[in-house]
Amino acid sequence: MNSFRSFQTATLILLVVGILLLALGGYLTPLSRLALSPFIGAQTWISSRYQAIRDLFTSPRDVAQLTQRNAELEAEVSRLEAQIIELQQQTAELEVLSALLDFARAHPANEYLSAAVIGRDPSPFLHYIIVNRGSDDGIRRGMPVVSAQGLVGRVTAVTAGATRVQLISDPSTAINVRLKPSGAEALLTGSITGELSLEAIPQAAIVNASDLVLTSGLGGNYPPDIVIGQLTNVRQRPVELFQTASVQPIVDFDKLEIVLVIVNFQPVDITPLIPAP
Amino acid sequence: MAVFLAIPLLGLLVIMQSAILSQVRLLNGTVDLVLLVLVAWSVQERVKTAWHWAVIGGLLISLASALPWSAVLAGYLLATGGARVLRRALWQRPLLAMVTATFLGTLITHTVTVAALQLTGTPIPLEQAINIITLPSALLNLLLAIPVYTWISDLANWLYPQEIEL
Repeated sequence: MNSFRSFQTATLILLVVGILLLALGGYLTPLSRLALSPFIGAQTWISSRYQAIRDLFTSPRDVAQLTQRNAELEAEVSRLEAQIIELQQQTAELEVLSALLDFARAHPANEYLSAAVIGRDPSPFLHYIIVNRGSDDGIRRGMPVVSAQGLVGRVTAVTAGATRVQLISDPSTAINVRLKPSGAEALLTGSITGELSLEAIPQAAIVNASDLVLTSGLGGNYPPDIVIGQLTNVRQRPVELFQTASVQPIVDFDKLEIVLVIVNFQPVDITPLIPAP
Repeated sequence: MAVFLAIPLLGLLVIMQSAILSQVRLLNGTVDLVLLVLVAWSVQERVKTAWHWAVIGGLLISLASALPWSAVLAGYLLATGGARVLRRALWQRPLLAMVTATFLGTLITHTVTVAALQLTGTPIPLEQAINIITLPSALLNLLLAIPVYTWISDLANWLYPQEIEL
């Protein structure tokens, strides 16, 4: 009886050792996978249901936290967007100022005073701008006004802190100009639509579309050689005394933000020299 | 009280007109907010300071505009007069009076402006002025006429409350 039990024990030990050796050798892995997979599936199912039930009871707190976090992040996004817009504005302003500085460096003979455009004439018939510098800053009536691109107009009225500038596109404007490269003299006029046109171009002058229009300095109202624009359309009729042309202004008058007033230019009043009709 | 209120109110409108509205264009036409307020004020039933407002508005606009001050003043006074006449003629239809007065007011102020500019030697082609300035301006003014009327009616009711007989 005892020998039978010891045989049974030895067989059991051998079986266990064999199974252990097989397991350590990796021979039982498919079998264990097959045996464990129902358990893993069941555990996954129970665990997911438990988590769902737990979330059901704890979610209000999480939603409140998420809402608060969302609000914080939205506020942060708004703040950063505002910062981006502010930086973009500063960059645009810097570009304008940089261009104006380049213009001033290119014309060292003139003394400039920068001024910001703060308004326009309320009447749609007139083309005037209002800038935020006045007689307190040394601005006087008749001083020419330019931008980084070219001629803008001239000062027509001054108060202590503000100045009204007549744009060259105003219908009452008449400026003596010179064409480049032909050298022909002509008269630039504005209009109620803001379009510029050239009159009194001599018939003999050879002018082409794309010729440059510059101030001539005649009449004493503007310094010479300030760029105004480019010819776009020349009309020559043999029956007329003069040629006429349209001018594309180099300055975009609708987008003026900062201008330069030439403060060392003294306009010459030639009215007494003009014979009365 | 209403006269004293006119100075800051119309002053603010002139600033808005010069800084913002003069850049909002339909062709070359712009809204004349001061004219709209003057017309809306003139067609109110109990208002007795319409002429005062017209003078203050005209003088304030003259500060910002290169137009002769007399032309601006004359234009606004004539528009106010027209609005007063229409108020009496259309007293049962104040909105109709407002719309008609706005259109007529735009025509009157622009006619006076063009006449003044012609007198001062500024060449203004009439047909072009009507097509690209006056008619678009009239349209913009008409678009804003009703909202401005509503706003000014509230102001008038606040300043001139209706008397109730006991």
